[in-house]
Amino acid sequence: MKQVVTGNHTVAHAARVGRAQVVSAYPITPQTQVVEKISEFVADGIMDAKFIKVESEHSAMVACIGASAAGVRTFTATSAQGLALMHEVLHWAANARLPVVLANINRAMGPPWTIWTDQIDSLSERDTGWMQFYAESNQDIFDGILISFKVAEQVLLPAMVILEAFFLSHTAEPVDFPEQEEVDRFLPPRVATHTVDPEHPAAFGGLTGPDHYYELKYMEHNAMLEAEEVIKRVTQEYGDLTGRYYKMADPYRCEDAETVLLVSGGVASTAKDAVDEARAAGKKLGSLKIWAFRPFPREDVRELLLGRKRVAVVDRNISFGQEGIFCTEVKASLYGRDGAPPVLGFVAGLGGRDIKVRDLLAIAEAAEKDDCPEFNWYGVKP
Amino acid sequence: MAEVPKKLTIPPEEHMCAGHLACQGCGAALAMRYALKALGPNTVFTVPACCWSVIDGPFPYTTLGVPLFHIAFEAVAASACGLAAGLEIMGKKGVNVVAWAGDGGTADIGIQALSGAAERNDNILYICYDNEAYMNTGVQRSSSTPWGAWTTTTPARHFKKRPKKDLVDIMVAHHIPYVATAAMAFPEDLVAKVAKAKDIEGMKYLQIFASCPPGWRMAPEYSVKSVRLAVNTRVWPLLEVEHGVYNINRKPRKRTPVAEYLKLQGRFAHLTEEQFEEIQGMVDRNWERLLFLEKSTHEMAGVPLKGDKAAASKGKETEAAAG
Repeated sequence: MKQVVTGNHTVAHAARVGRAQVVSAYPITPQTQVVEKISEFVADGIMDAKFIKVESEHSAMVACIGASAAGVRTFTATSAQGLALMHEVLHWAANARLPVVLANINRAMGPPWTIWTDQIDSLSERDTGWMQFYAESNQDIFDGILISFKVAEQVLLPAMVILEAFFLSHTAEPVDFPEQEEVDRFLPPRVATHTVDPEHPAAFGGLTGPDHYYELKYMEHNAMLEAEEVIKRVTQEYGDLTGRYYKMADPYRCEDAETVLLVSGGVASTAKDAVDEARAAGKKLGSLKIWAFRPFPREDVRELLLGRKRVAVVDRNISFGQEGIFCTEVKASLYGRDGAPPVLGFVAGLGGRDIKVRDLLAIAEAAEKDDCPEFNWYGVKP
Repeated sequence: MAEVPKKLTIPPEEHMCAGHLACQGCGAALAMRYALKALGPNTVFTVPACCWSVIDGPFPYTTLGVPLFHIAFEAVAASACGLAAGLEIMGKKGVNVVAWAGDGGTADIGIQALSGAAERNDNILYICYDNEAYMNTGVQRSSSTPWGAWTTTTPARHFKKRPKKDLVDIMVAHHIPYVATAAMAFPEDLVAKVAKAKDIEGMKYLQIFASCPPGWRMAPEYSVKSVRLAVNTRVWPLLEVEHGVYNINRKPRKRTPVAEYLKLQGRFAHLTEEQFEEIQGMVDRNWERLLFLEKSTHEMAGVPLKGDKAAASKGKETEAAAG
């Protein structure tokens, strides 16, 4: 059934339909409507969950960790400063191998205070061991959360679904909600092993020396690699159910493209319009959306980008002193391969500055110049 | 009020094995042993960074006969709330979910999560074993370190000049059903309080005074003696606060000078006689304050105070008025 809903309410619906059993969250703009809606769902009895209304994001993540360790499906949502406050225990959730699912509404980090979007908050959590999926639309948010629950519970790593402040969080779009029975078939109740249970006493996360710690990290890395296969299997299954097939790296009109715009999040949607416009003008432009940032679809990126004339990476983020973070990841995937194209980095849209069709066309045009620098700040005011 | 038992009331069953990693004479190890006897096997513990994150033993060992879930330093109260919610949904009935933390993890870095859990009145038992400093990291001052004490961050020539933070008052201010103190040198009282707390619905807070021979700079054989003296000198009063009504569980008839407690421990060795007197004054004022609180909260609740005829008759009056 299609309904017109905002990104934030889509998040809440996904947690409800996905049958999260414990939700713990703390309000932060622009995420507040998520916690408000889930509060209503739980109060009205249409969501059978316990909502622990904690005093901070740190406690929100920890309450999810505790409940997840007991064996239930858990969910939380946050943004920017809230995600940063969780940082320590994002590691804890991943290292404890708990399948917590989180929706992060991308918001730029202060100071100065800002509530508008960029990706620095979520990308700063790149190395915590969380899977990351960047949503292009409200439909992506809904589907991504259901897919995340299923994948996370199979590979025992937590997962983050990421959407942009306001562009998605507060924008209403038609979203196709599958019937509850369909969702239940796709996503049955969590079957947890190694839970905190008085009938099976054990210590969880106790002091571990160099003799064992190293191998635990090796296992965690392998779980993230294995996640790639699991994501492909689960998205196939989800596609068969809904007709929506998600790809970790999703190309648009790339078949004969000489220049590929590499994008993520809602910008991918704008990029499709830019590509259509360029194509209409006879230019061989395509776009590639990175949906899954962790695990990073290295093989897919190679397959799609090797042999192109150039790749222009649009990064709504910056690793200060280096370049955009997607740019670095793409370069790492292509490095040393035959036919690796020049990868040209463009930082754009930090702090919520709009990235329009004409901006993407300008970026593609700049990239096509022979003397295009390897790294560019697009649209900096003089 | 926990009844003073006429005969031994401590369950003989052990839920903590030999082979733990505590120091000789560790008060926190004894506190755990007694608490577990009261709690029994249908219990899970969650523990932040503290001595007990080491005492339990390294991976893959554990000294407890119940699950122990380790969590980050500032987070144990939230961890317990999550576990309690999860276990309930998993259909695990009547599990005692215990947050077990040191004084640093409670009074300092963990106070925010603790306050949140208390305000929500989540159904957990929070036990702070209070050894009055960051002992696990090598005796640094915490907000629970008392006035006058040496620690590695309050050297003797610049000892701690601020009083111990009163966590009991802070927890009482959260209007939770049960707040109490205990001491590992009074096991009957400790076991009775844990047994009582575990059956109360909602948030329970218990602060157990637990000696640390290395941190208090004293011989391990003084571990129990020092804590017994803390209670008998009124440095650490044993009390319960139920729905705001105070009860002092032990009122030593003889007034033992605080100096006897202080002189046992190297951490107070630098103090002068005048400074001992200063501490005596603080202890006396606190005792008077507690006696006043006990009396006045009984009066306000219309509950007769044991051994207090005036309060008893006031209680009757209140009952009569209500009738």
